[in-house]
Amino acid sequence: MIHFNKTTLLCGALLLAVPATNVLAGEARSGYDYIKPASRAMQDDDFENPGMLAVEQGRALFNDLQAGASKACADCHGIDGTKFIPASLARYPVYDEEAAEIVTLQEQISRCREANSGSQHLPIDNPDLVALETFVRNRAIGEPVNVQTDGVMVALLKAGEELYRTRYGLIDMACYQCHDIYPGQMIRGQKISQGQANGFPAYRLDTGTITTLNQRIQQCLTSMRAEPFAADSEEIRQLGLYLMSRSNGLKIETPAVRY
Amino acid sequence: MPLPKTLIPVLLAWMPLFVLASGQDGLPADYCRWERVDYSIVEPLCGLAGDAQRGSEIVSDSGRGNCLACHQLPIPGIEAYGTIGPPLAGVASRLSVPQIRLRVVDSRYLNPMSIMPGFYRDPRLINRPAKKYVGKTFLSAQQVEDVIAYLATLK
Ligand code: HEC
Ligand code: HEC
Repeated sequence: MIHFNKTTLLCGALLLAVPATNVLAGEARSGYDYIKPASRAMQDDDFENPGMLAVEQGRALFNDLQAGASKACADCHGIDGTKFIPASLARYPVYDEEAAEIVTLQEQISRCREANSGSQHLPIDNPDLVALETFVRNRAIGEPVNVQTDGVMVALLKAGEELYRTRYGLIDMACYQCHDIYPGQMIRGQKISQGQANGFPAYRLDTGTITTLNQRIQQCLTSMRAEPFAADSEEIRQLGLYLMSRSNGLKIETPAVRY
Repeated sequence: MPLPKTLIPVLLAWMPLFVLASGQDGLPADYCRWERVDYSIVEPLCGLAGDAQRGSEIVSDSGRGNCLACHQLPIPGIEAYGTIGPPLAGVASRLSVPQIRLRVVDSRYLNPMSIMPGFYRDPRLINRPAKKYVGKTFLSAQQVEDVIAYLATLK
């Protein structure tokens, strides 16, 4: 079921010699706790939060019949997505038994769009999909993240954790070093958080754009001067799944405001 | 400390991937080999002499050494320091120059878990560098010697 390609295996062997501890045996803390008070205030006020722009774009894409489509999302899920069950949205990424793969919320939206509304395929992280994902995830704001961690997920999460503990790039660091060992410390002017996923898609002050979890992972890899994993790679799915599982119990904050 | 045994097959497996690497041993042509003696590197990299003034610029330049990302340094007028590593004021009274050299070249020999990047780490040990960094070191041998010359003034 899990497909280990050569690179994954090689990287696995480059793992740091750390006993696999229960990650965050301590307490999971949202990135919200680490950002500056002004950024928190910005997130808390819908009129100030620039991420709400993506929510509104997504709302329009959701409610209105799109050119070339036979149905609108709202035809099945209710105007503004009133038929969604927040607890169900909070489970993503999920495992699709039939396709035997991890499915992110954005991919689920993408599939649903194509299968049920006859819309054209869009690549991962296309701006329309990002807006839709932001809107849909925002329907579950305040709901605790609840990714499945047993059964078929065990092996996938283990693969994700290995990737999280592997060193990458010229800077030669692993995600876990910054986000498990040094949260609360300053890296130059920036306070390091636990790298939690509960706020994504989030508005990033640094880039001034709404950012998906995939894109955030890629941005950390780029700053490590590493070759980022492609948006459709198995690695980024496993990393994203693992990151989201670390956020289990934290409230969904989409669209969060983050550094 | 020798290379962990588990690493050796991995390194061999990676060798063919280092396209830019030249020479039979897969190292880039301009990489100077260095020798570890106990927990230090006695000889300057490539036999180069460092310049403390240039070194003080490299340590605070975010595109080059960026040591300030993690360390506090006694350089006036810097707004934001990192707090991940120990402050470096007085480092030359705690460590000898050869000890500092190993620390900057590849801190992994002192602490395998160190978050501090190896600034002259064997490029074959780097996993998944971005394409433009394949076969490269973080700093050049000259830059490393400049940084060391600067740190040697921090008594
Ligand atoms: C050199 C240190 C460093 C490394 C290594 C690193 N990151 Fe980050 N990361 C940061 C900083 C700094 C931020 C922005 C502040 C924060 O939220 O921590 C960040 C933010 C994030 C966030 C957003 C958290 C939020 O609430 O906004 C995620 C997710 C993340 N990183 C994942 C990763 C992953 C996955 C890896 C490895 C592939 C990784 N990081 C490696 C420094 C690092
Ligand atoms: C990502 C963080 C990081 C960066 C960047 C970094 N260091 Fe470090 N450094 C550390 C940590 C952490 C330690 C403590 C020992 C350890 O954990 O390896 C350390 C220790 C040291 C020491 C030993 C200090 C002592 O008192 O024993 C020296 C010297 C040093 N670093 C120099 C540098 C120089 C020079 C640069 C830049 C060219 C640099 N460091 C960049 C994290 C960093």
